[in-house]
Amino acid sequence: MDLLEYQGKQLFARHGLEVSAGKAVSTVEDAVEAANEVGYPVVVKAQVLVGGRGKAGGVKLAADEGEAREHAQNILGMDIRGHTVRTVWIEHASDIATEYYASVLLDRSAKQPLVIFSVEGGVEIEQVAEQSPEKLVRHHVDALRGLSREEAVEIATEGGADSDVIEGVADALVALYEVWLEEDATLAEINPLIVTPPTNPLGGSAAEGQAGGRRVKALDAKVSLDGNALYRHPENQGLSDSENEDPIERRAKEQGVQYVKLDGDIGILGNGAGLVMSTLDVVAQAGGAPANFLDAGGGSDAAKIQQAVELILANDAVKAVLFNIFGGITRCDEVARGLIAAFGEIGAGGHSIPFVVRLDGTNDVEGRRLLEEAALPNVHAARTMNEAAEKVVELAAA
Amino acid sequence: MSVLVDESTRLAVAGITGKEGSFHTLNNRRYGTNVVGGVTPGKGGQDVEGIPVFDSWEQAAGEVQPNTAMIFVPPRFAADSILEAAAAGVELVIAITEGIPAHDELRVYNTLKRDRAGGHSTRLVGPNCPGILSPGKANVGIIPASFFKQGNVGVVSRSGTLTYQIGNEIAQAGFGCSSIVGIGGDPVPGSSFVDIIELFQDDEQTELIVLSGEIGGSAEEEAAEYIAEHVSKPVVAYIAGFTAPAGKQMGHAGAIVSGSAGTAAAKALALEAKGVRVGRTPTEVAEIAIEILGGVATDRRSIPHSGHTAGSPIGQQLR
Repeated sequence: MDLLEYQGKQLFARHGLEVSAGKAVSTVEDAVEAANEVGYPVVVKAQVLVGGRGKAGGVKLAADEGEAREHAQNILGMDIRGHTVRTVWIEHASDIATEYYASVLLDRSAKQPLVIFSVEGGVEIEQVAEQSPEKLVRHHVDALRGLSREEAVEIATEGGADSDVIEGVADALVALYEVWLEEDATLAEINPLIVTPPTNPLGGSAAEGQAGGRRVKALDAKVSLDGNALYRHPENQGLSDSENEDPIERRAKEQGVQYVKLDGDIGILGNGAGLVMSTLDVVAQAGGAPANFLDAGGGSDAAKIQQAVELILANDAVKAVLFNIFGGITRCDEVARGLIAAFGEIGAGGHSIPFVVRLDGTNDVEGRRLLEEAALPNVHAARTMNEAAEKVVELAAA
Repeated sequence: MSVLVDESTRLAVAGITGKEGSFHTLNNRRYGTNVVGGVTPGKGGQDVEGIPVFDSWEQAAGEVQPNTAMIFVPPRFAADSILEAAAAGVELVIAITEGIPAHDELRVYNTLKRDRAGGHSTRLVGPNCPGILSPGKANVGIIPASFFKQGNVGVVSRSGTLTYQIGNEIAQAGFGCSSIVGIGGDPVPGSSFVDIIELFQDDEQTELIVLSGEIGGSAEEEAAEYIAEHVSKPVVAYIAGFTAPAGKQMGHAGAIVSGSAGTAAAKALALEAKGVRVGRTPTEVAEIAIEILGGVATDRRSIPHSGHTAGSPIGQQLR
């Protein structure tokens, strides 16, 4: 589950990482009020789960109330690569001396947590890895011991952090690791991790901190939480970009069905993630374009199949539907009953979308017999997966 | 021979008193697997159709000496159950449970690894896997055994139903399997492709290895490297998820393409670069396997079908 920047920053703050004070708002009036509250200059930042916000004009600096209003008006409702901006984050603008990068993630290959640090922040980290890999420190952490402060100091030193902020960077790394560990994150990334200029004791920009040396602060936040661990984080359960979520995907989630919307016109239902992925591929190879991924899961009963059919048909782009079932725990007769029930709900002949059904495995003979008896209009049987894919592509094109 | 489970398996099941746990345990016993006990805290002293239930793995180990554990408990209890079974000295733990937090899997993996260094040796297969079947010998998990028969193909897969699909096509062509090992679709599996391929390479019965992978992570790429260095037996591979968009999790917690890594195309390329033939569909995988085994199908297994013409509308046939 990916978090919006401001949600990530709230988690950071909870674990002692320094972030700017700010407010998440969804109307222009609230944005202006928030800007007045945090104090100018402010940054108005679009909250969407997609990169390239700055380039798209979704991050703007405002020196006064007029500018804050103007930027909020422009950014709220803006479309950034298919994501509508419904929330902006208003925070006091930070002075920046230099920009670093820090992240903690689960390295699936090494099966250990991985800390990455670089003094080349503010740019795509993949770019740094490619162009100047020597400026990237990759440090595996012993998952059973965790990240010690000594290790964090070593990482900061090895990465070439300025000597006056090594302690500050180490503190940030330890806090970021704590976020990753205690919030059950799979990724916790700060880009940029900024170093502020020294504050001037005689006045100037010392408003938000005491006069003194340079400080280390998270200017952005990218956090992915493990959905399987949400049960132990009730406070995080409401976090997600649910407003920007596809409505069918949201409905599927509520029903406990694995559904991912795709761009094509052939609805897909299968059992088991691997088989469904494979079905998408085989349909694409036959020249078709899948409209969704839908894993009905193991042991689906008729009611669940019926719900799944409704989800697939909720997507108006769907012109034909493919059922690809290899029954293990799932019984083909239950799948047939679910399909028949779904047709009953919709009303026979009440829609013109053709179905191609391939049933194999547990109780397949019974499942096929039930379908034959039901004589559903516009339902075609196929013997193999390849044949089913070809048939559904043909029907979708018709 | 076969790998991991066979006639010497002595199975105990955590979560045996649950609905799913008891159903599949009894299925496994019906197949011929030697089920010696179950573990459910607080239900020690009861039995499930004659299978004794114990309060803890330690107690089960003392009383009935299981060498294999199957984990069927809910996600929040699974990590501890795996580690308790390992601590009790069970050599092989097969975790069926789906939905275990990734951090728990990381803790389990690294704890088992540390303890292996200390002389303990517990192998974990799964979690979120369908289990292991050695046709004709033992079945531990939820793999429908009727689709497979004994033979010389070793199958290792991240997905359950996809394995049944490929295995069934091989069976229909008259070939059988030494063992079918589901390693699961989670981010931190206890056993990797490499771990299982190593076993198949050393297994006398296995003459060909089928690897069924999918998007996400780099386990297939690592397998490609290993195969090039250490495997003399032919390997045929399948990768699911060519059409999966980046950033979208396709069902399995581990099946997600992040950035440029983990794509199906990259995995297929990595395998082919090391001489592994990659089928583009499950059917093609079976065809390649059959071709390599030198076989025209001899005893094609007949699966009863209801006789309608493929592709024709079922409704129309009755009119």
